[in-house]
Amino acid sequence: MPRQTLLAKVWDAHEVAPETPDTPAVLYIDLHLIHEVTTPQAFDVLRERGLPVRRPQRTLATMDHSTPTEPAATLEELDKVALPAAAGQVRAMIRNCREFGLELRGLDSPERGIVHVVGPELGATWPGHTVVCGDSHTSTHGAFGALAFGIGTTEVGHVLATQCLLQRRPGAMAVNVSGRLGPGVTAKDLVLAIIRRMGVGGGTGRVLQYRGETIRALTMEQRMTVCNMSIEAGARAGMIAPDDTTYEWLNGRPMAPQGADWDAALNRWRDLEDAGGAEFEREVDIDAGSLRPMVTYGTNPGMSAQIDEPVPSSGNPAVDKALAYMGVEPGKPLLGRGVDIVFLGSCTNSRISDLRAAAGLMRGRRVADNVRMLVVPGSQQVKREAEAEGLDKVFLAAGAQWRESGCSMCLGMNGDTVPAGSLCVSTSNRNFEGRQGPGARTVLASPLTAAAAAIRGAVADPRELMNP
Amino acid sequence: MEKITRIASRTMVLDIDNIDTDQIIPARFLTTTGREGLGEAAFHDWRYNAEGQPNPNFMLNRKENEGRAILVAGDNFGCGSSREHAPWALLDSGLRAVISTRIADIFRSNSLKNGFVPVVIDARPHRWLVSNPGAEVVIDLENACVELPEGPAAPFEIERFARYCLMNGVDQLGYLIQQEERIGAWEQRRA
Ligand code: SF4
Repeated sequence: MPRQTLLAKVWDAHEVAPETPDTPAVLYIDLHLIHEVTTPQAFDVLRERGLPVRRPQRTLATMDHSTPTEPAATLEELDKVALPAAAGQVRAMIRNCREFGLELRGLDSPERGIVHVVGPELGATWPGHTVVCGDSHTSTHGAFGALAFGIGTTEVGHVLATQCLLQRRPGAMAVNVSGRLGPGVTAKDLVLAIIRRMGVGGGTGRVLQYRGETIRALTMEQRMTVCNMSIEAGARAGMIAPDDTTYEWLNGRPMAPQGADWDAALNRWRDLEDAGGAEFEREVDIDAGSLRPMVTYGTNPGMSAQIDEPVPSSGNPAVDKALAYMGVEPGKPLLGRGVDIVFLGSCTNSRISDLRAAAGLMRGRRVADNVRMLVVPGSQQVKREAEAEGLDKVFLAAGAQWRESGCSMCLGMNGDTVPAGSLCVSTSNRNFEGRQGPGARTVLASPLTAAAAAIRGAVADPRELMNP
Repeated sequence: MEKITRIASRTMVLDIDNIDTDQIIPARFLTTTGREGLGEAAFHDWRYNAEGQPNPNFMLNRKENEGRAILVAGDNFGCGSSREHAPWALLDSGLRAVISTRIADIFRSNSLKNGFVPVVIDARPHRWLVSNPGAEVVIDLENACVELPEGPAAPFEIERFARYCLMNGVDQLGYLIQQEERIGAWEQRRA
C-alpha cells in the first residue's frame, strides 16, 4: 500500500466528522491567526448571534496590514501617523479582542508583526497542525509540516465560533526539487521558478508538498519563503514534511511544547517525516542547480524570467497588456532597467536572514541617488534582532529608511505606497496591477537582488556585487 | 440568506485571464469594517481613470450592460488574496454570478458563502460566451448547468453542500454550530 501524503496524515488527524457525498468534512483548527483587515465583519456576526469565541487560546491576534510603520505605540500616536480609515480598523481590532477575551499583540507589543512572521517566531506553528487565517499567505506555515491555508471573513467567523471549518479534502501534488542553489540564488528565486513552471492557476484545488534534497537543505526561513508563495501558483497550501531542521527551530520558542511535552510532541512529529512512497495526483520536478536570480517582468507572479533572460516578445495579448502596464520593452532582459523604489519586507522576505543577506551586500555601499529604499522588518522581534546586530546602521548609512514592522508597501494599505508609474523592486509576493498603489509597477525579486537594485539604481544581478 | 435556484440574465464579458482580487477590489478599499457599499470599489482602477472619471469602455460603465447580473471572465478568475470584500463588492455592483474556465479556491469559497455563484464550464461553451457578449443565459443550480440560447446546456460542477445551502438559503455557521456535540467529543478525545 502506498504511504500517506503529509496532507492526508494531517487531514485525517483533524476530521471531527468525515466528508460524505452530501456534506464536507468538519475539520478541527489548531491555530487561528487573526489580523485587523479580515476580522471586523466576523466579530460582528458573533455579536449579532450572541456567540463567544470558542477557544480564545487557539487564536493568535496581531496587527499588520493597515498598521503604520512609523513609530506609534499609543492610540494618540496612531492618529498622528495613520490614515483615518486605517486607524479606525486598528481601533476596531483592539475593541474586538478586548470584548471577546483575546490576547492582542497590539501597537505597543514587543511581539507585534506580520501575522505569518509572528506565528512561527513564537513557536505557535507546529508540525501536524491545522492553521488558518483570513489571509492567503497563511500557506507560509506549511513550512513546519502544518496544513495551513487562507480563508475568507465568513470562515473566520466559523472558526471563532466553533474552532472548525467545513472543507472538502483537496488533492495532493508533489513538487520535487533537486540540485544545489548556486551562490546568489535564493529560496525566493526557487519559488518564482516553481510558479513560472506551474502557472498562476496550476495548483488550483491542490495542496503542494515540496520535497527533495534541495528542500531538505533549506533553513526554516527559506522554507517559509517557498511555502509562502504556494498561493501564487493557485495552490490551497504548500507543505514541507518536518525534520531535524524543523525541530531545532521550534525548540525553546515560547509557544512550542516544553519539557516532557516536547518529547511527546517530537515523537508524534517524527511520524510526519517523509519516508517516500506516497502517491500524488500530480508531480513536477524542478532542477534548482541551473537557476539564476529571478525577476518578474509582468503583472502576475508567473510572469518571471532569469535576470539576464529576455522577457517574451509581444504576440500574446495578456503579455502585451502586462508589458505595457509595466513599461517594459519586449524581447530584452530586465537587467539594467532603471528603478525608483526598493522595498525590502513582507511575509515572504522580512525575516532576520533576509535582512542579513541584503545588509551583507549593502555594507559600505550607498543606495543610488534616485532610489528610495524602505526596509520593513517582519516583526518587532526581527527589528530588535537586526538592531542588535547593527543591520539598521548598515541600511541607514546606505541611505535607506528603517521602519517599524508590518505589511507596509506589500499592499499599500497603511499609506506606504509606490507612486503611479514608478518601478519598485520588491521582495514581496504579488506584482498585480496597482498592488503597491494605483499605477505602481512591481518587480518581484529576492532580498539580494533588491539590494543590488538599490545600489545600482537599476535591475542588477546581485552576483556581480558579491564577494567571491 | 436569500434562496437562489436560477439566475437569468444577459451576460457582460471581461475576457482577461488571471483577474486577481486586487483588480476586483484594490487594497485601499479594505480599511472598511463593514461589508456594505463596496460596489463603487469593484474593479475601481479599471473602471475609473487616474482623475476618477469613468472609463467609458469598461464593461461596468457601458450602457448596454446596465442591469446585467452575469459576468463572463477569463481563466483563473479571483486569484490572489483571501479578501471576502471581492464577492461583497461584485454583489454590491449588481453582479450575481461569474462564469469562467477556472476560479481560484478561496474566492470560490467566499463567493458561495455570500450567494455569489461561481460557475466553471468547459472551454468550448466558454469561448462561445466570450464571443457572444449580451447572450441571454440561465444559471440553473438545480441541474447544475448553464442554459445557452443555442446548443446544449453547459454543465458545471458545484460542491453539493454549497449548492444545497444556496438553494435553501442555509447559512453554514448554523450547520456548524449544530455539530457542537461532535466537536466537543473530538476535543475530549484528543486532550
Ligand atoms: S506582508 Fe503582504 S502578503 Fe504578507 S500578510 Fe501582509 S499584505 Fe499579505
